[in-house]
Amino acid sequence: MDKIPDKLSSSSEKNEVLNLEETELRLGLPGSEVSDKKAGNGFPLFGKDLKDETNNGFSQNPLKNIFSGAKRGFSDAIDGSYKWGLCINGGSEVDLGKNDVLFSPRGGGNGGVKNTNILQSCQPTTPQPVEGKKNENGSTTPASKAQVVGWPPIRSFRKNTLATNLSRNNDVTGKSGLDCLYVKVSMDGAPYLRKVDLKTYCSYAELSSALEKMFSCFTIGQYASHGLRGKEELSECHLMDLLDRTEYVLTYEDKDGDWMLVGDVPWEMFTDSCKRLRIMKGSDASGLAPRVIEKCKNQN
Amino acid sequence: MSEDEELPDLGGGSTRSSNSTAVSGGGGDHNYVSPSPDQVLENVLENVLCFLTSRRDRNAASLVCKSWYRAEALTRSELFIGNCYSVSPRRVTNRFRLVKAIAIKGKPRFSDFSLLPPDWGAHFGPWLSAMSRSYRALEKLYLKRMSVTDDDLSFAAQSFPILKELVMVCCEGFGTGGLAIVASGCREIRVLELMDSDVGDDEADWISCFPDNVTCLESFVFDCVEAPINFEALERLVARSPSLKKLRLNCYISIGQLYRLMIRAPQLTHLGTGSFSPLEIVAQGEQELNYFSAFAACKSLICLSGFREIIPDYLSAIYPVCGNLTSLNLSYANINAEQLKPVICLCHKLQTFWVLDSVSDEGLQAVSAACKDLRELRVFPVQALEDAEGPVSEVGLLAISEGCRKLQSILYFCQRMTNAAVVAMSKNCLDLVVFRLCIMGRHRPDHITGEPMDEGFGAIVKNCKKLTRLAVSGLLTDRAFSYIGQYGKLLRTLSVAFAGNTDLGLKYLLEGCPKLQKLEIRDSPFGDSALFAGLHHYYNMRFLWMSSCKVTRQGCEEIARQLPGLVVEVITRDREENETSEYVDTLYMYRSLDGPRADAPRLMVRPSLMICGKHCTSTECRFSIARSLDFTLSVWVPCISR
Repeated sequence: MDKIPDKLSSSSEKNEVLNLEETELRLGLPGSEVSDKKAGNGFPLFGKDLKDETNNGFSQNPLKNIFSGAKRGFSDAIDGSYKWGLCINGGSEVDLGKNDVLFSPRGGGNGGVKNTNILQSCQPTTPQPVEGKKNENGSTTPASKAQVVGWPPIRSFRKNTLATNLSRNNDVTGKSGLDCLYVKVSMDGAPYLRKVDLKTYCSYAELSSALEKMFSCFTIGQYASHGLRGKEELSECHLMDLLDRTEYVLTYEDKDGDWMLVGDVPWEMFTDSCKRLRIMKGSDASGLAPRVIEKCKNQN
Repeated sequence: MSEDEELPDLGGGSTRSSNSTAVSGGGGDHNYVSPSPDQVLENVLENVLCFLTSRRDRNAASLVCKSWYRAEALTRSELFIGNCYSVSPRRVTNRFRLVKAIAIKGKPRFSDFSLLPPDWGAHFGPWLSAMSRSYRALEKLYLKRMSVTDDDLSFAAQSFPILKELVMVCCEGFGTGGLAIVASGCREIRVLELMDSDVGDDEADWISCFPDNVTCLESFVFDCVEAPINFEALERLVARSPSLKKLRLNCYISIGQLYRLMIRAPQLTHLGTGSFSPLEIVAQGEQELNYFSAFAACKSLICLSGFREIIPDYLSAIYPVCGNLTSLNLSYANINAEQLKPVICLCHKLQTFWVLDSVSDEGLQAVSAACKDLRELRVFPVQALEDAEGPVSEVGLLAISEGCRKLQSILYFCQRMTNAAVVAMSKNCLDLVVFRLCIMGRHRPDHITGEPMDEGFGAIVKNCKKLTRLAVSGLLTDRAFSYIGQYGKLLRTLSVAFAGNTDLGLKYLLEGCPKLQKLEIRDSPFGDSALFAGLHHYYNMRFLWMSSCKVTRQGCEEIARQLPGLVVEVITRDREENETSEYVDTLYMYRSLDGPRADAPRLMVRPSLMICGKHCTSTECRFSIARSLDFTLSVWVPCISR
């Protein structure tokens, strides 16, 4: 598996241009504007909660932010657990993941609605400001209901697994509002499926490049004979193009249970309705809903 | 399948760091020459030791006299090390020569909840070095909360050619690469179990590394391995493992793949079902596999788990085996009461049941009605938040207490509780040995009366006379602790969080509970004077943990001074300039025969009473730690030569 960086970091610059301040990565104490790198006590001491990894603290290197582009809340950083998704399955990526950027969730007063939601709704996979603990002599926890490290006492493994499962049942747990959205990605012919967190991407381009990297081992193998030069070429084109050339289509199952072609609706709408992804052979598409076929035709 | 279960007795013994382990010869033996060790060995071995399997019995035997001590040491084959730092590996290998099975536990339990820095210690390496020299005939290795590297696994595979059982629970530091080496190197392996461990995904196809011939695998548990595996290789492995009885798959195994495995291994007794959902969408018109018949064919199945990403519609496939099940773990299955009922009403032999609170009180009522033989219940929260809705409550607890009278062990997470329900359980379930109630809101009182939960827990310790393990929660005053001290005479393990008013609380415990071995306290207002109240008892304990309490550095130093046999570890977060705290963040102390450990993160040794240092990234540590986060790990021990 390749390392992530190039495409993603360029996307991250793009996002800054887009001024997504609300979701911008910030470092510092809750309520502060500081993007100081110095750790205050707002920071979780022990990162064990994060996917039972020992990622204690945060990386200063924005390039190592495997969560491309989207500057998301702390909970996202955590819930984008290393078990899942393309970013983290390779050994090298695991190292990458260890330097993941962490920062304390901002206090209730600061930041937009989005951040508040993150705080209140996220699983305790989010290591919380230790302040919550410090105030333990009966004083109340901050208004943002910061959770306390290691409380309730659930093992990280269980928390992470359940967080993943929760995100699948969007209907059931409407109020969970987890800011992660894991969907399974299966590819016909691949021996196992993967999961990606759709919230880590901001656009189809990012998603497709991520999927391409995730499944490149299969496509390269399959299509070496077609004269593709392998990784160099692949890195140039999106999976969509590749799929077009090799007659794979990227489809998704939406909330209504219909299989649709990826790429037709605005990105936000797509992430809201996508339940799972499937990279299927174009020839199989004929067995699915007519819409898909029609769209295939339109694309080709 | 237990979390935190007491280690199944391997039959070995703990190397208790008691001063009495080295006992001089019997007082009354002055008048004749002691028989030679060989003779003693012969007699003792024949008459006594061969009957002693329990480690406590063996410990007692070893205290009789020097000859018995030596004979016992030469014949003990199963070792239990409850705290890897309580004794050095070398001391162990010097004393016990013939060890075939060893269990080693490392980090304290609160490390599961991120309360310890990641590279705190509990490295398997030093133990492995010593054992590789002395215990080449090792057959069984059990590790819990240890840090194990791929190199360790490789070295172990080389050092223990006849290793038959490798079980790692809550371990970390290794990956699928290490597993590949174990698979290929441990040719005699019968039991390979990884539970709740953090296994890195090195993308190694470790399943393919098992030898090609028929294996002697009996138990293969890898449900915690969060990495895709080579299914075809797994299928072939199962096909050539005729002795396989326990198989627990990870969530990367779809239900279709599960089916294929089940039809190859109908002899299974324990099955972890993996994701329990399909890999791909089943195209319209395609026949779904007959999962029901696959389960029906597994007539020996008594233990089911997995269901990691269950699609509830598939749950009905397990009906054929429900009637035989003694253990069912649905604690990753987000199902509701209606989905549970048809299953649970068939499980009349069930003794162990783990479930998510998504089944709500109503589901628990169904359990209570159906599972009259239930011994162990664990109810986990879907949302582990303090302010979540909480579908289970005192209603569920009460129902269980009324229906499941044989209950011995309960772990119950909830958002609200009443004293009345807890009292009822204390009266209905007199066989309770383990009572762990976690009211997730901190300091939450009885939600009907508004009172503290003192009376409920008091009733538990008073009425449940077999109780050895207790975890308390909710709003608790010192009174609760007075009850525990008064009645908890058999209590060995106690977990306290966000409880108590004054030092009295802890004093009651330390003065009242003579059997207390493991005491873990967090965020409770207990200070130095309470700490001193336990001086008489700390040598009898495996450890004491206190985090975010009111213990000071001076208090810790004083304890270390007065009790030279203790290792006192203190962790203090470095703070900003303007921020001070008189209290230490974490105190972890334990008895040790061999003094402070040398592998605490970045210790700088000062030639004085104290050994302390700053933590930063350890090069051995697999995971990097941001430099700007610092804490200080101090280890106090008086400077006494050993």
